[in-house]
Amino acid sequence: MNKFSSRVYQWMDERFHLSDAIDFMKKKYVPVHRHSVWYYFGGVSLFLFIIQVVTGILLLMYYKSGEDQAFESIHFIMSKVQFGWLIRSIHSWAANLFILAAMIHMFSVYFERAYRKPRELTWFTGMLMFFVGLTFGFSGYLLPWNELAYFATKVGTDIAGVIPIIGEPMLYFLRGGEDVTGATLSRFFGLHVAVLPAVFTVLLGVHLLFVQIQGMSTPLHMQHLEEHEIKKMPFFPNFVLRDLLLWLIVLNILAILAVYFPWELGRKADPFMPAPAGIKPEWYFLFMFQTLKYIPGHVLFIDGELFGILMFGLGGLLWTMVPIWDRKSAEGKRNKTVTYFGLLIVIFIITLTIVGWLV
Amino acid sequence: MVEHPARETQKDKRDFLKLILVGSSFAWLASIIYPVISYLKPPKQSEVVVKSVKAGKISDFANDSGTIIKFGSKPVLLIRNANGEFKAFSATCTHLDCTVQYRNDFGLIWCACHNGKYDLNGRNVSGPPPRPLEAFVVTLQGDDILIHKS
Ligand code: HEM
Ligand code: FES
Repeated sequence: MNKFSSRVYQWMDERFHLSDAIDFMKKKYVPVHRHSVWYYFGGVSLFLFIIQVVTGILLLMYYKSGEDQAFESIHFIMSKVQFGWLIRSIHSWAANLFILAAMIHMFSVYFERAYRKPRELTWFTGMLMFFVGLTFGFSGYLLPWNELAYFATKVGTDIAGVIPIIGEPMLYFLRGGEDVTGATLSRFFGLHVAVLPAVFTVLLGVHLLFVQIQGMSTPLHMQHLEEHEIKKMPFFPNFVLRDLLLWLIVLNILAILAVYFPWELGRKADPFMPAPAGIKPEWYFLFMFQTLKYIPGHVLFIDGELFGILMFGLGGLLWTMVPIWDRKSAEGKRNKTVTYFGLLIVIFIITLTIVGWLV
Repeated sequence: MVEHPARETQKDKRDFLKLILVGSSFAWLASIIYPVISYLKPPKQSEVVVKSVKAGKISDFANDSGTIIKFGSKPVLLIRNANGEFKAFSATCTHLDCTVQYRNDFGLIWCACHNGKYDLNGRNVSGPPPRPLEAFVVTLQGDDILIHKS
């Protein structure tokens, strides 16, 4: 360290005991084994979220909500504002990569059983963040007020309306009225730029705090090893530097995607135009969308949609509650049910996403 | 066991205070949550009730075609079939609220969202739609086409 920075450091350390925090991070170790790559995806999700906050705030400087302004303001951003097309393209691409990274992170934690005691709450906060992330995507998608987004929102909110008793009030609540209108856009906008960032930031803080306190979990197959037999590296600086290198790589991928495949705007939403052929939701909702196409109007004595929602709800609940029902892993035993249930879900999601993509 | 009347009344007192504390916390919470939830419920707006609209002139519509007409704030699909007869249905799919269109290559009403199909009487014939489309009445007044709610 040069003289100036070391003097700044000393000045700070004297007052805030920075060295305690650094010592703590140096004593924290990350296990090294053949599945170690998966440890990086939480960090990648974090990085992409930071990018969303920065580009999102930049978009806010020009974006206008409202039926007759939203589409026009994005058109303005893309055609008049310097680098506006780039900022918007990065925000859209990073949104998708964020969901992808968060998904990979979630599946790896699941298959590694890293949710087992004592990390149940880390898993629950992570799952909540994942759902908030999907809501981020769903609400942001409407903001450009284009045709695709308009119909995706109509369908998405109408699905909520299928649920008995609470469905109808929920539909009104989500849409801000009976139909998808400017009122819906205002609500989604408030949700997207104020409510969700606040909620997400709190959850993220708690999640990271838990991870820092407990450290990384060791895979089950290494649990019988003696302490000195487990290969590991210090969190600081070794792991952090690797993390940063990967962030740089992700930033490059993002830049390539955003520049060479600029995000399209499409046509402005018009409530008096039919839904265009080939309409599809974002890829992360595609498997549910595709499943709905196969469910007949009625299953047994209930509505087909309701049946679908119940099935997805049940699956999601089981998935989220895995630290509760998987007692074996907490005791260090292998639990095949977890693997089979996880594989079933992964195969189901991948198959239906591909089918939905192709047809 | 020796009775401690003084301690008993103390415990009663403490329980009572606890009850008050918990009760008032809930009342306090409710007094915040209730207005917020009510605020988020969109107010009912009295819409102008549209009973009928003029869709245009007969000559505006080609045989074997469909057009979406504004019926107040709702879309209505006006179809002129191959024989030149007019029919009108609500254009809102009974499945999940998308807007349907007339496909003359199928000779059917089609919903792009989940590939739902209705015949030219508005009956759901294939795909996920659970109910027929709501029918509207078409009348001709000279050269003008009028659409009414049935
Ligand atoms: C503090 C955080 C954020 C702010 C202030 C913000 C702000 C905005 C704004 C103003 C828009 C409208 C401009 C546009 O559509 O291009 C937008 C769109 C969007 N946002 Fe965000 N956003 C934030 C975080 C996120 C996150 C975490 C996601 C992750 C899924 C996300 C996903 C999207 C999507 C998919 C769009 C639509 C992009 C498009 O088609 O243009 N946003 N956001
Ligand atoms: S909304 Fe028309 S078929 Fe689903």
